[in-house]
Amino acid sequence: MSIDTVSPSLFPRLEPLLARVNKPIQYVGGEVNSVTKEWADTSVRWALMYPDAYEVGQPNQGVAILYEILNERDWILAERTYSVWPDLAALMRQHGLPQFTLDNHRAVGDFDVFGLSFATELGYTNMLGALDLAGIPLHAADRREHDPIVLAGGHAAFNPEPIATFIDAAVLGDGEQASLDVSEIIRAWKAEGRPEGRDGLLHRLAASGLVYVPRFYDVDYLPDGRIQRVVPNRAGVPFRVAKHTLMDLDAWPYPKRPLVPLAETVHERYSVEIFRGCTRGCRFCQAGMITRPVRERSIDTIGAMVAEGLASTGLEEVGLLSLSSADHSEIAPITKQLADRYEGTNVSLSLPSTRVDAFNIDLANELSRNGRRSGLTFAPEGGSERMRKVINKMVSEEDLINTVAAAFGNGWRQVKLYFMCGLPTETDEDVLAIADLAARVIETGRAVSGSRDIRCTVSIGGFVPKPHTPFQWAGQASPETIDHRLGLLRDKIRADRRYGRAIGMRYHDGKPGQIEGLLSRGDRRIGAVIEAVYRDGGMFDGWSEHFSYERWVRCAETALADTGVDLEWYTTREREYREVLPWDHLDSGLDRDWLWEDWQDALDDTEVEDCRWTPCYDCGVCPQLNTAIQIGPTGRSLIPITPL
Amino acid sequence: MTPRQPPEQQAPPVQKLRIRYAKTGRARFASHRDFSRAFERALRRAGVPMAYSSGFSPHPRISYANASPTGAATDAEYLEIGLARAVDPGQLRNELNAALPDGLVLQDVVEAGPGSLADGLTASVWEIDLGPVPGDVLAGAVAGVLVSETLPVQRMTKTGMRDFDARPAILALAVIGEGTLRLLVEHQAPLVRPDDVVQALTRIEPACQSGQPAMFHRRYQGSWDGQVLLDPFNGEPLVLT
Repeated sequence: MSIDTVSPSLFPRLEPLLARVNKPIQYVGGEVNSVTKEWADTSVRWALMYPDAYEVGQPNQGVAILYEILNERDWILAERTYSVWPDLAALMRQHGLPQFTLDNHRAVGDFDVFGLSFATELGYTNMLGALDLAGIPLHAADRREHDPIVLAGGHAAFNPEPIATFIDAAVLGDGEQASLDVSEIIRAWKAEGRPEGRDGLLHRLAASGLVYVPRFYDVDYLPDGRIQRVVPNRAGVPFRVAKHTLMDLDAWPYPKRPLVPLAETVHERYSVEIFRGCTRGCRFCQAGMITRPVRERSIDTIGAMVAEGLASTGLEEVGLLSLSSADHSEIAPITKQLADRYEGTNVSLSLPSTRVDAFNIDLANELSRNGRRSGLTFAPEGGSERMRKVINKMVSEEDLINTVAAAFGNGWRQVKLYFMCGLPTETDEDVLAIADLAARVIETGRAVSGSRDIRCTVSIGGFVPKPHTPFQWAGQASPETIDHRLGLLRDKIRADRRYGRAIGMRYHDGKPGQIEGLLSRGDRRIGAVIEAVYRDGGMFDGWSEHFSYERWVRCAETALADTGVDLEWYTTREREYREVLPWDHLDSGLDRDWLWEDWQDALDDTEVEDCRWTPCYDCGVCPQLNTAIQIGPTGRSLIPITPL
Repeated sequence: MTPRQPPEQQAPPVQKLRIRYAKTGRARFASHRDFSRAFERALRRAGVPMAYSSGFSPHPRISYANASPTGAATDAEYLEIGLARAVDPGQLRNELNAALPDGLVLQDVVEAGPGSLADGLTASVWEIDLGPVPGDVLAGAVAGVLVSETLPVQRMTKTGMRDFDARPAILALAVIGEGTLRLLVEHQAPLVRPDDVVQALTRIEPACQSGQPAMFHRRYQGSWDGQVLLDPFNGEPLVLT
């Protein structure tokens, strides 16, 4: 955190090492639309990290948005850094080279803020790897005046307690305005001569309510291991820290000019977020709960973003993103008019959507005018009608069958269905119902299309209870339970002589889900487990070839030995209403009693409607955070332009 | 709409252009696949009227020839593109250069002549920088290579470790500076690459290893007529500098 010395480029020292590593292109930067600024011309400098390999991290929408917004200010510099694979990391250690940014190959330790975006808890060990390689002490308490402020954001930051030891602060919610506000505070603090040093800055940030600074809160435990209370230990910091909510997405049309990678990445498309938030009320869905209320982008902003994004990147694929894209109030005109605009070009449009109704087929037809109709994806999530009521995924079996009938009647030949296993109250029969559903899909498809060339793939993930959802109190199913039920389902599909061969089944075993569950609902004591795993060589936990369940279990046993709690206590144990949850002092806007009532409704198989079309059901977000649902329709339409 | 019906045939290209391009600086770490993605996106950003292949998934008509290995710098990569509408080659070069990322530069763009592009690319001139290697050591190793009848080398290929003789492809090899060599190599199957030649040198004289990874730079490509290297665009002898 120095403004006097210019951080030099490490590239001349890195370059000879690159000849000796796998896929060196991921470390060189210089992508189209990347930004280069002089160090000395800026007063607040961010190193932004998505804590995974470049091929996964580069397409991340959150980092792309912040990179543009911060760099648009002439006094702010933002550069990017990603996890370094073990081959290069070993060479860097050998040659004394620290974690670097891609844009100008500067040392991450030279920046004011080291901001990490956590889409998943499985990135925690990669954060430790980056801190270590950067030469920044792992523990926030050990950091020196010149070390960057380590700031966590993203969905996982809604319970940052497991990484409380390692981060200086966390930002909850939308980062656009919040990152600028944090920058302003740092600028002012520096201009005043850094009063009271690092601690003074953290106190300013905490007192402003912008960020959560874990060290300013003490956690006390009951003799049985539950949390007794979490209270501030410093005057002037709030008892609860609230999330940030960006209103008017049309005023923030980012990313406008996303980076175009030279290296191959997992998503090579220009993505436009068509709305943020979701009020469908699926009880398992943390994203839907913590991003409320629904805020739509208007049709003309979307049209302008697509046109500019394609022109500035040269990409050919456009993704219209959101948590449930078909729910946009003007989705029909948006898809039709974009399809009109790009008809006859090689631009393809995709709508990752999960709604199961015939309307969806109309949209899918619009987006596939070139005649390529291979597969459609739906997410009933629960196999039985009862299960879907528990999770509030309001799709009847008839809805699903009518939808796939419409799909097969329109020339689609393959349907992919997403489900979860290990949901609260689930029995073996609920999971076996997936096989019946898939068989009915094939039966319907053959009847409607008159062809036997029909496929249905069921893709099943293990359910992980998440903070700030009605299922935050639920006991997670053990890996053994999940593996047992998936085994039964596999056998049943195999035994189906009429339809079994047309049904594909994709799933993972239940072990990674248990570790994700530990990290999702963990408290500060979990930090020792994460550190032990990292010190034992654990990183890249999102990659099955690197993830070691055995290591996590072993490290959890050792690190939690004196606490009276263990892996099962954090995962398979159901919580009671009165228990203080590790994230109760972090405010997602959701009323705790509403969440509890919704949890009770789930246990009674009672559904709740979407508040966009029915009266408010008092989840608490709008009044608590002084926000409101922003939806259309605007009634406006896209001007037909001739694209290149 | 009936699915599964093959889409309409695309018209053949109206114009074919051949391009020589350079890949230097940090872009040398781009693999051939990385380059082709970046090039196709640059074509779209620059609005080049590409001709497309027919089929369900039409691709812009681009043919690549003899890609350099990842990590090597090059001034002499070649490709050919097919266009749906005739354009001025000089203007295309300028507009594409403005759209390409740092380190990727189109040097020459010409109308395609007769014959295939690959026929004009039968040999390459490489510069090999081994780092600090004593001059006499290097001279001895080069002499050793040139007097050898065979130079057995090994390389890991997709099908496993493969043994082959690197000697027949080496047309010339000389020391041109401290730790620096110039290699003229004929394109044969299997293709002898500059790192194969470094391996042969190191077998003869282990002190050729400086501790730094060798850097490779393709300076020229052309057709070898037994005497000189000819420019693939105009058939004139290349002036090697």
